[in-house]
Amino acid sequence: MIHFVVHDENDSVGVVVVEGIKAGQKLNGWIMDQDKSLEVTAKSDIPIGHKLAIKPIANGATIIKYSTDIGKAIAPIGVGEHAHVQNLRTKRW
Amino acid sequence: MDLAKASFWGYRRENGRVGVRNHVLILPVDDLSNAAAMAVENNIKGTMALPHPYGRLQFGADLELHFRTLIGTGSNPNVAAVVVICIEEGWAKKVADGIAATGKPVASFGIEQHGDHDTILRASKKAKEFVQWASELRREERPLKDLWVSTKCGESDTTSGCGSNPTVGDAFDKLYPHGVTLVFGETTELTGGEHLVAARCRNDAVRKKFQFVFDRYQQVIEAHKTSDLRDSQPTKGNIEGGLTTIEEKALGNIQKIGRKCMVDGVLDKAEMPTGPGLWFMDSSSAAAEMVTLVAAAGYTVHFFPTGQGNVIGNPILPVIKLSANPRTVRTMSEHIDVDVSGLLQRQMSPDEAGDKLLECMFRTANGRLTAAEALGHREFVLTRLYESA
Repeated sequence: MIHFVVHDENDSVGVVVVEGIKAGQKLNGWIMDQDKSLEVTAKSDIPIGHKLAIKPIANGATIIKYSTDIGKAIAPIGVGEHAHVQNLRTKRW
Repeated sequence: MDLAKASFWGYRRENGRVGVRNHVLILPVDDLSNAAAMAVENNIKGTMALPHPYGRLQFGADLELHFRTLIGTGSNPNVAAVVVICIEEGWAKKVADGIAATGKPVASFGIEQHGDHDTILRASKKAKEFVQWASELRREERPLKDLWVSTKCGESDTTSGCGSNPTVGDAFDKLYPHGVTLVFGETTELTGGEHLVAARCRNDAVRKKFQFVFDRYQQVIEAHKTSDLRDSQPTKGNIEGGLTTIEEKALGNIQKIGRKCMVDGVLDKAEMPTGPGLWFMDSSSAAAEMVTLVAAAGYTVHFFPTGQGNVIGNPILPVIKLSANPRTVRTMSEHIDVDVSGLLQRQMSPDEAGDKLLECMFRTANGRLTAAEALGHREFVLTRLYESA
């Protein structure tokens, strides 16, 4: 089963595509553009559709998804942690 | 899917355009005429009234947009004939004359000096005549290029960008080389990915026009925002679905225009395109507003990818809904026409997903009702530009 998908191997986050992911669970990921797989251990409970970091992200760092800038971290985010409004903000508006 | 000889069964209208529905509309020009329009709809079976809250004391560009949207709606080839009702006879005639340019049957009625009763009586007689005439029109086989296909997504989440939006992109890439007239829009929802759309513009003139409307909309946001748009863009539903920033939402959104087709032109709201290709319409990202605008521009089938489960429909434009979110497909199945959740488990390829959507498009064009049509979703929402006078 694929637990999360990643658009591009340059991305720093992936998207959980199954329900009920719990902290500590080993997750199988699929990098769609390069058709590769990777494994990450969830560090938080993550709802379906929500993002997890697949690389360590420093406070203030640009977050990459679709191989493109989607905003900046406002707190450090460890691999397997839930990345969302609590630690990620737009650079626009 | 081989589209080279693909065809569908549609209604060829007087002006050569081809519709996939055969509606007889009762079209109120203003809020005051809704009651009469709905009474006529009730009297004459097979007609459809389009009540709305506007049309009084609008002026300038806002009034022009109002007329363009109403005339465009009546002119859409999914509409066989129209009865226009307005409090003032002059404006009823203005809208009717605009629709009559297509050659389809139109009649107009003013309420002043007559009252609702007499207006309803006269309009009902005409509506009965129109609906019986329309009921004898027959579908004929038409080439794929006669179809006009629009797209706009809603209640998006991250699965939209991974699954349902790329499915539309795949379908658009397949339709584009066959001379189909396509459109996307949602100006503010390109924020963060506007450079990608600019890079896809056919030439510098199109790029300049796109950049102009994009920058203009950004100025609207800057002028009216309070702190930021965090409560509106992404929406609460988007955030619930896992989308965090407008940039992320925009990059998902842009998946709808595929990887190959070029942006051939830029349209104003409810403006009719002048040829085949992919058009960008400067438009609101609110679902019902945007779908109403593309229906008024003449589009006849709509692709609506959703993540969290937007339930929108349109009175005259069949809205085909697709989702890649397995939870939405399970909990809101009555709203979903095309389930592409297999994409996220690698059980379905993007090519297969695109073909599945196209298959549904042909069935819809040939007459199959969409989920939104069967459920009675007829959201008709006019875009306003500013306050009334």
